[in-house]
Amino acid sequence: MNKENTIQKNSNVSKKKKRKKGEFSQAVKRLSKRKSAIIGFVIIILLILLAIFADVIYDYEEDIIKQNISERLISPCAEHPFGTDELGRDILARIIYGTRISLFIGITANLISMVIGSIFGIIAGYWGKKSDMIVMRLMDVFLAIPGLLLAIAIVAALGTSTRNLIIALSISGIPPYARVMRGAILTVRDVEYIEAARAIGARHSTIILGHILPNCMAPVIVNATLYIAAVIAATAGLSFLGLGIQAPMPEWGAMLSTGRTYIRQYSYMTLFPGVAIMITILAFNLLGDGLRDAFDPRQK
Amino acid sequence: MLKFIIKRLAAMIPIIIGATLVVYLIISLTEGDPARIMLGTEATDEKVEALREEMGLNDPILVQYARYMLNLCKGDMGISYKSRNPVSVEIGARLPNTIRLAFCSIIICLVLALPLGIFAAIKQNTWFDGFCMLISLIGISMPIFWLGLLLILLFSLKLGWFPVSGAEKLSSIVLPALSMAVRSMASIARTTRSSMLEVIRQDYIRTARSKGIPERLVIRRHALKNALIPTITMIGLQMGSLMASSVLIETVFAWPGIGRLMIQSIMSRDTPTVMGCIIVLAISFSIINLVVDLFYGLVDPRMKSMYS
Amino acid sequence: MMPLIQDKSNNESSKDEGIKINMEKNNNKQKDLTLEMKDLVVEYHTDEEIIHALNGLELFIERGKTLGLVGETGAGKTTAALSIMQLIASPPGVIKKGSIFLNKENILQKSKAEMGKIRGKDVSMIFQDPMTALNPVITIEKQIAEVINHHSGCGEKKAILEAGKMMELVGIPSNRGVEYPHQFSGGMRQRVVIAMALACNPKLLIADEPTTALDVTIQAQVLEMMKNLKESYGTSMLMITHDLGIVAETCDTVSIIYAGRIVEHGTLEDIFEKTLHPYTEGLFNSLPNMEKRDVPLKPIKGLMSDPANLPSGCSFCPRCNYAKEICNTEKPKRIYSNETHFVECHLYNGNNIADGTVINQ
Repeated sequence: MNKENTIQKNSNVSKKKKRKKGEFSQAVKRLSKRKSAIIGFVIIILLILLAIFADVIYDYEEDIIKQNISERLISPCAEHPFGTDELGRDILARIIYGTRISLFIGITANLISMVIGSIFGIIAGYWGKKSDMIVMRLMDVFLAIPGLLLAIAIVAALGTSTRNLIIALSISGIPPYARVMRGAILTVRDVEYIEAARAIGARHSTIILGHILPNCMAPVIVNATLYIAAVIAATAGLSFLGLGIQAPMPEWGAMLSTGRTYIRQYSYMTLFPGVAIMITILAFNLLGDGLRDAFDPRQK
Repeated sequence: MLKFIIKRLAAMIPIIIGATLVVYLIISLTEGDPARIMLGTEATDEKVEALREEMGLNDPILVQYARYMLNLCKGDMGISYKSRNPVSVEIGARLPNTIRLAFCSIIICLVLALPLGIFAAIKQNTWFDGFCMLISLIGISMPIFWLGLLLILLFSLKLGWFPVSGAEKLSSIVLPALSMAVRSMASIARTTRSSMLEVIRQDYIRTARSKGIPERLVIRRHALKNALIPTITMIGLQMGSLMASSVLIETVFAWPGIGRLMIQSIMSRDTPTVMGCIIVLAISFSIINLVVDLFYGLVDPRMKSMYS
Repeated sequence: MMPLIQDKSNNESSKDEGIKINMEKNNNKQKDLTLEMKDLVVEYHTDEEIIHALNGLELFIERGKTLGLVGETGAGKTTAALSIMQLIASPPGVIKKGSIFLNKENILQKSKAEMGKIRGKDVSMIFQDPMTALNPVITIEKQIAEVINHHSGCGEKKAILEAGKMMELVGIPSNRGVEYPHQFSGGMRQRVVIAMALACNPKLLIADEPTTALDVTIQAQVLEMMKNLKESYGTSMLMITHDLGIVAETCDTVSIIYAGRIVEHGTLEDIFEKTLHPYTEGLFNSLPNMEKRDVPLKPIKGLMSDPANLPSGCSFCPRCNYAKEICNTEKPKRIYSNETHFVECHLYNGNNIADGTVINQ
C-alpha cells in the first residue's frame, strides 16, 4: 500500500517537473519576442567578448597605463577616436579595458551575494519559524542602511582596494537576494511534489538542491541581472569618489573623476566613459526587465 | 491613527539600533588607534594608554557603542580629528543643506514621476507610453554623477544659466536637485505605470465603470489611490538611493552637505566625523521610512486595521 | 437507435405532439420587452488568434420577469452581460454585429456620454466575486452614494443619506457605512454590491453568478433578498448561473448558452419538464439525484470547445452522445416545440433522425 503510494507520488513529481520545463521554454519564447530584451542580450554578449579579448587587442603595460606626455590631452581624432587623457593614454583603449574591470567586479560581487544571500533565504524560507524570524530581522537591519552608504562605510573602514570594493558590494547585495530567495521558496515549499519528496524520506539537501532550487531560479536570475547593473553603477560611483578602483587601473568612474578636473577645456574626457557605463547598465536593465516579464506573463 | 503611529515607531526602534550598531562595528574596524591619532606620533605610550582609558577605548565594543548612542542622544558625537570642532557642530552646519537638496529633488521627482507613470499607463501601448518608458529606462541606466557632469557641461559651461558649483546662489540648487531627481523619477514612474496597469484590470474598476461614471473619474477616484500603494513602497526605497546619490551629487557640485563632508572625512581619515555622518544618514533613512509607512496608513485602510 | 427518445420515455408522448418545425416564428413583437438582444457577435482579437465569444446570441426579457442564462464556464455568459453594460474591453474585444435593445432603444448606437447615463441607472450589474468587486480604499457608503449622485445629481450629502437607506434595505445597519470593504464578510459585501446595483432603481438588473463565491447558507439568504427586492421594484433580471437550483428558484424563462449561442430556450417548465437539447439534458444528468442516491452521476464528457477554433457543424457535436454525421458538418437550425420553447439541434428534424447513425461511439 505504502509502496504504491510512493510510486504514484513519484510519477506525480516527474509530471510536475515536465510542466515546469514547459513553463521555462515558454518563458524563453516570450523573451525572444521582446526586441528590447534581445538588444540588451546582444550588447551584453558583445561587452563580454570585449572584456575577454581586451588583452589580445591591447597590451596592459604598453597601451593602458604607460604615460606618454607628448600625446597628452589630444581631442578625438583619427588615431585616437575618443582622444587621450592627461597622461597621454588612449581613452578608447582604456574604456575597452575598463569593460573587463566593471564586468569582473559586477559578476564576482554578484556571485558572492547570490550564494550567501540564497543560503540565508533558504534558511529563512525552508526551515521557517525561528530561523526565518532571526534571519529576516537581520536582513531588515541591513536593508535599513542604503546599499551605497553601507558600501562606503565598509570601504572607508577597510581601506580602498579592489578586494575591499568587492567585499563591500557583495555585503550590500546579500539582503535583497535573501528576500527574493525566501519569497520564492515560500511559494513552492508546500507544493505537492515537495511534500511528496519529503514523504518518501528524501534528505533536506536533496529536496533543496533537487526540487526547490530549480523551481525558484526565475526570480533569482532576474534579481541577478538587475543587481549586476547596480553593482556596475556602484563601482563607477565609488571609484568616482576615490573609494573604488585605484589609479592607474582604467575604471570608468575613476576616468570620469579625472575628466571632471578637465571639464572646462576637454569635455570629451567626461563624455565617453559615461556613455560606456550607461550602455552597460542599460543592457543589463533591458535584459532584466525582459526576463522578469517573460517569467511573469501576468505583468505586461 | 495615533495607535498606528506608536506601533510603527516601536517597530522602528530595534531597526535603528541594529542599523547603527552595524555601522558602528564596521567603522570601528578602521585601522589606527584614535588615542594615538589625537596625541600625535611623538606622545609616549603611557600617555596614549592613559587617553585610551579615559576615552573608554579599552571597554568591550558593545559598551563603547552604548556610550556612543547615549552621547548621541545628548547631541555629542565626539571631536573631529581634522577641524578639532565637535562633530555635531560640523554636521549641524551641513545637514540643512543636504535636507534642502533632498527635499527639492523629491519634489521635482514626484511632480514629474506620478503624472508620467499614470498617463503612460492610461495610454498603454501608444507612442507616448513608449516614449516615457524609453526615457525612464535611460534615466535609471544613467549614472547620476555623470548626468550631473553633463548638466554642468550644458547649462553651466555652455549656456551659463546656472553656477557650476557651490550653494551660494539661489539658483545653485537647480542642477544638483535635478540630477539627483532623474533616477528616482524614472523608477517611480515605472512603478506607477505598472501598478496602474495592474489596478485598471481589477474587478472594482469594472464595478466603478458599471456605475456609468466617466472614465476620468474612474481613474481619479478609483484607480489612483490603489495604484499609489505600491508606488509608496517604491518612493520609500528611492529615498535610500536618493540619500546615497546625495553623496555623489554633493561631490560633483561641491555642495556643502553632509555627504561631501563624509567623503572628505574618509579621505582625511577623520573617523569620528565619518561615523557621525553615516549614523545620521542611517537614522534619517529609518525616519523617512517611518514617514512613508504612515502614508501607507493614510492611503490604505487595510494597513490601519492591521495595527489597531 | 434513438437513444434520445428511449432515454426520455417518461415524457415521450408530450414531445411527439409538441415538436413542430417552425423556423420563422417570432412572437416577441407584441410583448413588452426590457431587453432584446439579437444576433450579437463578439470576438476577442489577440496576437495569435481570434476568440469567438458570442456567435449570434439572442436574449429577451419581458418587463418584470427573470431570465436565467445557463451554461458552463467559458460559454460566453459574462461576455453577454458585459455587452449589455457596454463594458467589453476594447481592445481586445470587438462587437462584430447584432443589436441590443434596452427599453426599445438600441444601446449599441449610443455615444459614450449617453451610455454613461444609462449604465448604472437603466441597467446595472451584480458581479460574481464580492471580495474583489468593491474598491478597498473607499468607504462603502461612498461607493453606494457615488452611483446615486452620478445619476440623480443630488449632491454627495443627500446621496450618502440615500445610500444609508439602501444599506438598511439589504440588511446592513447604515451606521456601518463609514467602514471599508475589508471589514465585511463575503455575504455582507455582496449585499453592498446589490445595494449599489439597485440604488438607482434600474429597469434591468444583471446578476453574474451572484452567489457562486458565497457559502451555501448565505446563498439562500442573498437569493431570497434579491427576489424580494426585484419584485418590489418591478425590475427585470438576467440571472447568469450554472446552478440549475438557482434557476428553478428565481427564473421565469431560461436560455441555455453553449459556445456563444442559445441552444435551447423556454419557460422554466419547458426547460425542466420537456428538456430537448442533449446539452441541457447533460446539465441535468450532472446533478445528483436526490431521490435515488445510488444513481451514478453522468457528467458531460470532454471540455467546452476552444472558442478560437469552433467546429464547423454543431458546436456541441464533439461531446454529444447522439451526434450524427450531419451534426459534424451543418449548423443546426432553430426548431420550435411550442410558442415559447425552441431548440437548436439536428435531432429534432425528423429526417435526420431517420437516416443518421450515431457517430460518437
